[in-house]
Amino acid sequence: MGAERLLRFLAQRLVKAAIVVLAIVVFQFVLIRLAPGDPASVIAGQSGAADAEFMAQLRAQFGLDRPMHEQLWIYVKGILTLDLGFSHRQQLPVATLIWDRLPATLLLTGAAFLFAISAGVALGVAAARRVGRPADSVITVIALTFYATPIFWVGLLLVLIFSVWLEWLPSFGMYTVGADLTGLAYALDVGRHLILPAITLGLFFLAIYARLARASMLEVADQDFVRTAHAKGVPEGRIIRAHVLRNALLPVITFAGIQAGQLVGGSILVETVFAWPGIGRLAFDALLQRDYAVLLGVFFCTAVMVVLFNLITDLLYAVIDPRVEVA
Amino acid sequence: MSLLSVEGLTIALPPGGERAHAIEDISLHLDAGEILCVVGESGSGKSMTASAVMGLVPPGLPIVSGRIVFEGTDLLRLSAEQMRELRGRRLGMVFQEPMTALNPLMTVGDQIGEVFRVHGETGDVRGRVLRLLEDVRLPDPPSLLGTYPFRLSGGQRQRVMIAMALALGPSVLIADEPTTALDVTTQMQILRLIRQLQQEKGTGVLFITHDFGVVAEIADRVAVMQHGRIVEQGPARAVLNAPQHPYTRALIDAVPHGTARATTSASEEVLRLDGVRKTFRRGGGLFKRGSAVVAVKDARFSLAKGETLGLVGESGSGKSTLARCVVRLFEPDGGSIAFHGTDLLRLSRAAMKPYRQRIQMVFQDPYASLNPRRKVGDIIAEGPVTHGVPRAQAIAKAKDLLRLVQLDAGALDRYPHEFSGGQRQRIGLARALALDPELLIADEPVSALDVSVQAQVLALLDDIRHRLGLTMLFITHDLRVAAQVCDRIAVMQQGEIVELGDTAQVFGSPRHAYTRELLDAIPGKHWMPPRQAA
Repeated sequence: MGAERLLRFLAQRLVKAAIVVLAIVVFQFVLIRLAPGDPASVIAGQSGAADAEFMAQLRAQFGLDRPMHEQLWIYVKGILTLDLGFSHRQQLPVATLIWDRLPATLLLTGAAFLFAISAGVALGVAAARRVGRPADSVITVIALTFYATPIFWVGLLLVLIFSVWLEWLPSFGMYTVGADLTGLAYALDVGRHLILPAITLGLFFLAIYARLARASMLEVADQDFVRTAHAKGVPEGRIIRAHVLRNALLPVITFAGIQAGQLVGGSILVETVFAWPGIGRLAFDALLQRDYAVLLGVFFCTAVMVVLFNLITDLLYAVIDPRVEVA
Repeated sequence: MSLLSVEGLTIALPPGGERAHAIEDISLHLDAGEILCVVGESGSGKSMTASAVMGLVPPGLPIVSGRIVFEGTDLLRLSAEQMRELRGRRLGMVFQEPMTALNPLMTVGDQIGEVFRVHGETGDVRGRVLRLLEDVRLPDPPSLLGTYPFRLSGGQRQRVMIAMALALGPSVLIADEPTTALDVTTQMQILRLIRQLQQEKGTGVLFITHDFGVVAEIADRVAVMQHGRIVEQGPARAVLNAPQHPYTRALIDAVPHGTARATTSASEEVLRLDGVRKTFRRGGGLFKRGSAVVAVKDARFSLAKGETLGLVGESGSGKSTLARCVVRLFEPDGGSIAFHGTDLLRLSRAAMKPYRQRIQMVFQDPYASLNPRRKVGDIIAEGPVTHGVPRAQAIAKAKDLLRLVQLDAGALDRYPHEFSGGQRQRIGLARALALDPELLIADEPVSALDVSVQAQVLALLDDIRHRLGLTMLFITHDLRVAAQVCDRIAVMQQGEIVELGDTAQVFGSPRHAYTRELLDAIPGKHWMPPRQAA
C-alpha cells in the first residue's frame, strides 16, 4: 500500500465524514425541536412564578424566538468554527462542559471495550477448541447469562458482592473524595474505582464477542487452508494461532468497530449506577432540562466518534486482510 | 519392498449411515517414481484413503483394521507428534480447491516457508522458497514471496500448493483431484508439472481423480474404487483398454467418447445474434471511476431449428455471460438478439414476457439452482403458474414432466435436498421444460456430476431434444462432452468467438490457434475409450 494512496484515501474519507457529520448535526437540530417543551419553559416551570413575559424574555435571551432556519444557521456556523454553543443552564460553554467529562467516559468505555474484546475472544477460542465438551457449554451458559441480564442489575450485584460484602472495591465515583492524591497513587485510586463499572459495562459485550469468536473459529477451522496446514505438519497450537484465529478475527473486528462507535453514548446506565462523572450523565441531565446546546454538543461528539471509528475499522481491515484494498 | 503399502485398511462410518464402512479392506502399494491413480466417483472412498495415509482421518471415523506401511513403519502405530513430523517432511499433499487451500491472510513466501520452519529447518528459508518457486515454474519468484494468494490465478495457486508439498523433498506426494477445479489448458500444465517433478525427484505419487482422461494422461497403474472397495487394480494400459470389472467397464463407457455425431440438416432459423456486447463495470463510487471488463465482444451466431450449438471456452471466456444475455438475465450493451426475427433487445419487460417461456435455461450447479425451501412440484409448476396456467393443471403437468425426466411422480411433494446431484439436474431440466420452450439454454448442465450420472443426463437430454424438437445452446468447458452433444461448435476466448464451425471440422481441422491449444489440452486425448465390445 503506497503512502500516497493511503493519504488520498484518508483525505477522501475525511471529506465524506465531514459531510456525514454535518448532515447528522442538521438532522438532530431539527429532531430535537420537534420534542415538546424548551429550556425556557423548564426554567420558568422550576422558578415557580413564571408569566408569559418572563418566558418571552428568556426565549429572546437564548435566541429561541428567532425563526428556526435562522437558529439552525447560527448553530451550523458555530459548529464549523468548532464553537458548540453556550449552556445558559450551567452558564458555561458547551465545549468546556464536554471537554471536562469526555476523558472520564473514554476511560470507562475504553477499559470496558478492551476487557470485553480480550476476555470475549479468549473465551470464544477456548470454547471453540473444546466444542461439544462441558467447558464449551459452561462458557456458553455464562456468556448468555450476562447477555440476558440487564446491565444495571449486574452493576448492583457487583456492588453488593465486591463493595458491600467483601469491601474490596469502592462502589461509586471516580476517585476518593477528599484524599487529594497525586501521581501514581491517584492513578491507582482511579483504577480501583474503574474496575466495577468497566466490568459491568464490558460483560454485556463480552458475551457477544465470545459467541462471535466461537462461531467464527469453528467456521474457519473447517476451511481448506486449515487442512493444508495440517498436511504441512504444522503443530496444532500454531494452526490455531497463525491460521485459524487470524482469519476468525475478521468478523470480530467488524463488530468491535460498531461497538467502538458507541463508546461515548453507550454508558449512561452504568455512569448513573456508579455515579461516574462522564458524558452519559451530562447528556441525561441535559435531556431532562431541555438544555439544547449541551444535548446537541453530546450528539455531535457521538457522531464524530462513530464516523472516526468507522474509518479506523476500515483501515484496520486493510492492515489485517490483504484482500481489502484501501481505495 | 514398496515405498508405501496399504494393507487391508478398513475405516468405519458412524452408525446409521448408508453403509457401514467408509473404506473396506483396501490394499494397494506405491513404488518410488511411480504414479498410482485411484479412480472412483464421489463417495467411493478415494479421498478417505488419501486422508488415512496422511493421518488426517476426521475424528469420529475409527480405523477398524489394517496397516499403512511407509518406508518400513506402520503409520497407524505412530503417535500424533511423530505423524505430524512425517507430514510435510516425508509425505506431501496437494488438494483439489486451489482457491481455498491457501491461507488468504498469509503471503505465499510465508506459507511455503512455514513448511521449513515447523520442521525445524531455519537455514536460508528464503533461498529455498525461491528455488521451489522456480521449480514449479512460477514467474518472478522474488516478487511472489510477498504476494497474497488472492492475486494469483487458480493454476498459479496450485503451483504454490505443489511447491509447498514438495518443499522438504517428500518421498510420497498425495494429490487429491489437484486439477479438477482448473481450466483444461491449466490442467494440462499442472499434470505435466507433476509428471516432470515426479520424474526428476523420483517421488511416488498417489493421484486421486474421477477423470479417466487424466488417468490416461499420467497414470502408471490404476486402482478403481466403488462404494469403499477397490474393484480393479492394474497397469494403466490394461485397465483403460481392457477393463475386467463390470463397474470399471461401465465407468469407461460413460466417458464421453468425443467423436462428433452426424449433423442435422439446416432448417428454419430460430435465433440470430449480431454484434452482442457486454461490459461489466467494477467498483467506482463518488470520487472515482471503476474498471471495465469486457465479457462479451461482438458475438455473432445463428441457430437453426432442432440444432445444438456448443459454446466452449475456459472460465472467464464469457460463455455464460453470453448465454445470460440471450435470456436477458443480463442486459447487453449493444447488438441484436433476434428470436424468430424479433429483436428481443428492443422489447419492453412486458413485451418480453411471452418470449421468456419460449426460451428456458438449465443451470450448472444442481445444488444451488433449486430453492431448498420449496417442494419439487412447486418449483416445476412455478413457471406455468406465473404465465397464467391454473395451479392444478400445472401440477399435473409437472407430474408428466417428472416421468419424462425419469423421476418418480412421488418427487412432487419432496424437497430438493432429498435428491442426488443427477436427480436434481433432472428436476432442473423438468423445470425448464414446464414452459414448453423452443430454445433450451444449458449452462454446463453436467459439469458438477459424476461421470456415470453425466452420461445418463446427457442421454436424457439428447432423447428429450429429439422428442420435443428442441433447439439448444449448450455451454461447456468439456470438449469431449461438446463433441458428443453438439452439431456445431463456437469457441470463445476472452469474450470473443474465435472459431465457429461444424463439430467435425472444429475437432478435425481446427483453424484458430486457441482451438488447437484447447484440443491439445484434453487429458488423455490419445486414448480412445474402447467401445462396448459385447
